Parts: sequence; C-alpha cells; structure tokens
Amino acid sequence: MPIKHSSFDRFLLKLNGFFLALAVLVVVIPLLYIVVASFMDPSVLLSRGLSFRVSDWTLDGYQKILSNPAMIRGFGNAVLYSSSFALITVTVSIFAGYALSDDRLKGRGWFMTLFLITLFFGGGLVPTYLLVKNLGLLDTIWAVIIPGAVNVWNIILSRTFFKGIPRELREAADVDGASEASIFFRIVLPLSKPIIFVLILYAFVGQWNSYFDAMIYLDNPNLHPLQLVLRSILIQNQVDPGMISDQLAMAEMKRLSEIIKYAAIVISSLPLVIMYPFFQKYFEKGVMVGSLK
Amino acid sequence: MQNLMNTTQGKSALVHSGKPNWMKYLRKHSFLYLLLAPALILTLIFKYGPMYGAIIAFKDFSPIKGILGSEWVGFKHFDKFLSSPNFEVIFMNTLKLSLFGLILSFPVPILLALMLNQVRRAGVKKNIQLFLYAPNFISVVVIVGMLFIFLSPTGPINQMFSWMTGEPIMFMSRPEYFRWIYILSDIWTGAGWSSIIYVAALANVDPELHDAANLDGANLLQRIRNIDLPTIRPIMAIVFILAAGGIMSIGFEKAYLMQTAMNLPTSEIIPTYVYKIGLQSGDYAYSAAVGLFNSVINVVLLVTVNFIVKKLNEGDGLY
Repeated sequence: MPIKHSSFDRFLLKLNGFFLALAVLVVVIPLLYIVVASFMDPSVLLSRGLSFRVSDWTLDGYQKILSNPAMIRGFGNAVLYSSSFALITVTVSIFAGYALSDDRLKGRGWFMTLFLITLFFGGGLVPTYLLVKNLGLLDTIWAVIIPGAVNVWNIILSRTFFKGIPRELREAADVDGASEASIFFRIVLPLSKPIIFVLILYAFVGQWNSYFDAMIYLDNPNLHPLQLVLRSILIQNQVDPGMISDQLAMAEMKRLSEIIKYAAIVISSLPLVIMYPFFQKYFEKGVMVGSLK
Repeated sequence: MQNLMNTTQGKSALVHSGKPNWMKYLRKHSFLYLLLAPALILTLIFKYGPMYGAIIAFKDFSPIKGILGSEWVGFKHFDKFLSSPNFEVIFMNTLKLSLFGLILSFPVPILLALMLNQVRRAGVKKNIQLFLYAPNFISVVVIVGMLFIFLSPTGPINQMFSWMTGEPIMFMSRPEYFRWIYILSDIWTGAGWSSIIYVAALANVDPELHDAANLDGANLLQRIRNIDLPTIRPIMAIVFILAAGGIMSIGFEKAYLMQTAMNLPTSEIIPTYVYKIGLQSGDYAYSAAVGLFNSVINVVLLVTVNFIVKKLNEGDGLY
C-alpha cells in the first residue's frame, strides 16, 4: 500500500529534492569547470571566464602535456606500479583471508590479532623508512609495492566472504578426493571472482592516486609515478622548460602553465573515468568493506 | 584420492614414528599455512619490524652504529619535543584540524543518506549517487591542485566575488583560512562516498514499518526520527569511534600539499613535522620519538572513545 503523504510531507519531499540537486551541482560544477577550462584559450579564461565559443577554444594544453616526457613516463610508471600493486596485495590478502576462514587452521585467533594490531598501531614514518632503506629497496619499484602489500581490511573482507561459502561444497570436493589446493583454486576462487575484481579495482585506484610512498622512497625522477609529476606541475608550479620552447616569452610561459594544469588533471583522471562505470556495478560490495566490525 | 593418502600416511606416522603431533598437523594442513605465510611474513617485516625500529626514539641513533649499537638516552627526545616552543602550536593544530573536521564532517553523510532514502525512483537515486560518489576517486594531488586553481587570486572564486570584496583574497596563504579549506574540501571529496554505508543500511528497513507508521499518522520527520535513525545508530557509533580514535592520525598527504610558507602557523601538524625533521633534516631519533608520541596518544584515544560510546550505546562498541 503506497504511503499517503500529507501536504507537509510533500513540501518536505520537494525541499529534499531541491537540496539533493544542489549537492549534485556542488560536486559537478568544479569538475565541469576543469574540463571546459582545459580546452579554453587561457587569456580568454582569465579575462572573461568560461566561454562556449569555438573560436575561444584550443588544444594547446593537451598538446603540451602529451609532448611532455615526464608526464608520459609518469603515466607508464603509474600503470606499472598500480597493476603490480593490485595483483600482489589482492593475492596476498585473499590467500590469508582464505586460510583464516578455515576452522582447521590452529592459532587463527592469534594470527588475526597480529594483523588487527597493525591497524591501530605502527612503528611510524622514520623506522619504516629506515627499514626500507636497510633492505636496499630505496629507488626500486618494490619500495612502493611491498611495504603496504598486506591490507588487513581486505583480509577481513575476504575471510568473511569465504566463510559464507557453504562448507558442504568444500567437503563434497574433499570426498571426491580433490586436494586442498585444487579445492581452493578450482572451486573457491572461481566463486569469488566478483569480490576479487572489486578488491583489484580498489587497490589499483588507491595506488594510482597515491604519491606519498613514491615521494619518500623514490629519488630518481625516472621512477616517479604520475601523481608526483602532477604534484610538480599543479602544486609546485614547475612547468618543465622542455614543455614550452625557449623562444617563447615569460608571459606566454605563464599563460600556458595554467592551461597545462587543467589538461594534466583531465588526462590523469582518464583511467578512473573509464573504470568508474565498472565501479558503479560494485558499489554495494564497497559497503561490505565499511560494514565489517 | 590424495587426501585419502594423506590420512593413511598420517595414521602410519602416528603408529611408527615418534614425530611430535604439531609436525603431523602442519604437514596435513600445510596448504593453509602456505597461503597464510606471505601475509604473515610481510606483516612481521614491514609492520612489526618498524615497531622494533621505533626504539631508536629512546636512543641517540646513529646510522653507523645501527639500532642496537646506539646508546640509550631514555626520554631525552620526548622531553625535547614536549618542551620545545613548537610543541603547543603543532599539537593544537593537529587536534583542532581533526576535531573540527570530525564535528563538521560526521553528520553530512548521515544527512545525505537520509535524503537519498526519500528518493522513491530507483533510477534517479542511482544517478544522484553516481555523481556524489565520484569525487572520492580523485587523487589528493588533483584535489589540492584544484584548490590552488579555484582559490588563486585570479581564480574563479575570486573572479566571482571580486565585486564584493574589492581586492582578491589570498586564500591559500592566510593561516586563518587553512582549516576551513581543508575541512570543506574533505567534505566535498568524501561525504558522498561515506554515505554509502548508511544508504545500504536504510535500504534494508522493512517498508511496512513506514506504512504502519504512516497509517498511525506519523509524518515524514517523525518516521525518520523513529524508524530510520534507530536503524543506522549502531553504524553511526562504529564510524564515530573509528573517526574519533583516529583523531591524532590525521593524514599527512593533504596537509603537506596544502602547506605554503605563509599558512604554516596553522597548517603544520604532527605528521608533517615528523616528515620534515625526520626525512628532510635527518634527525631520525627525534622524529621517531614525535611519531611514537602520536601513535600512543592514538591508541589511548581509541580505547577511551570506544569505552565511552559503549557505555552510552548500551554495548554497541567496536570490540
């Protein structure tokens, strides 16, 4: 039976719709501004603001950013780091999650506590840095990938998921003579494809968007991932001189440095924009991450 | 088949050899331990290793002598930090930034979820969610980059309001604006995504509850207060405990990027300070002490807040 709304309720619902629309606008307008501005002649943008006249538009920003070797290298590095990180962290975490989901594993409680403690207490920045340094990992891809590879939330999440797979399924396979390994790889893992996919997406995006580990562990600019390159362009205002040819005047350089920023933001976000629809399908899975105690 | 063999092997071992039980057990379930091993080893090295390394906070650490070889100095570094003129400023900056952040950010996702829950058409609701979740996937570098663009003296915000203010406001270099910019942009980035957990909980509310309440003459606000809010209260408690317990572990990444030489009086917080003295100036032991001080406060906070919420919430704590 549908709810009968009083006029007061109907007023509230209208108000509700209005404020939600407002929230959407607050989110969309800044993003739209960046996209439109990345195509705009900088001098027009500065004097008149956004314009939708084709004659005011230009591809200069994209041309400069795509011919910037640091940007291209950063993009490549980010793809490499993010995919290797996603692969390693998800493998390690779901393996552990599966082991901990099995009642026959003695000492599960202790192992779980060992993992959980690290969520709330850590050695701190400097001791971690010294460890990575002493292991000889500085200026290698491993410094970015390995120290954060164990994700306790993913362990908890996958453990809960594996516990939900009916025991009978495993036992039936057991009776059929399947080894522990083939039960895991042939039966359990194929059933877990959706959750594995979500975890990989999250891990990829997390690594793609991070800059901190790369900043402290990688001195060699050739190893810098995209976010560090973006940082120098967007925040430290260091436009690579190679990006703008020398004969251009300072004013031109300043003019271009702004449009380069917009284009850099758009380009760097492309992979995520492409992945976003896939995320949408799995938003509800993300809820599981949050709802775990 | 193989399993069968394992069992027979196990039985014969039981009879014939004096091998201890745990070895037999390990052999039988070796696959599970094999799966656990990578995570366990990496955690021991990269999480527990630094906890051991943190003892340099109590030493005069020299990289040549190593962690064990360096001399003990007790609480010297802690005393130095607590008595330094910077201490009060940095400590209060950290506390204020996250406390104000918690107070302002905590209600927003709840409000959004309650509002989204009233949208009857599923397609419309989904599209709104799609937009509201999006900023969560933008990197912190880009977020801060956008802040610098939008708030620059010649940026769109100043362009819009220049007729009111006369001259441009230097948002990013004025200490009094730092916290506002930090917190409001945090809400812009994360509020939508944080609402997801409440939205899911509200979707599980039995519609008949609302129908019945409606029949009894309850209006929308009364139904929200008496049906929706109690549904999400346990989740609110958990989210609040985690946020409050993490008050001193506020992230380094965004604050560091937002720092300019001019806004340091409010933007210098413990994590950025630890980074600067430790990795930029190389004062490892002192930096480790400041970091450890912060971690300990964190744990104490988490335990305290969990205790209080548990008391208030009739046992719905985190653990």
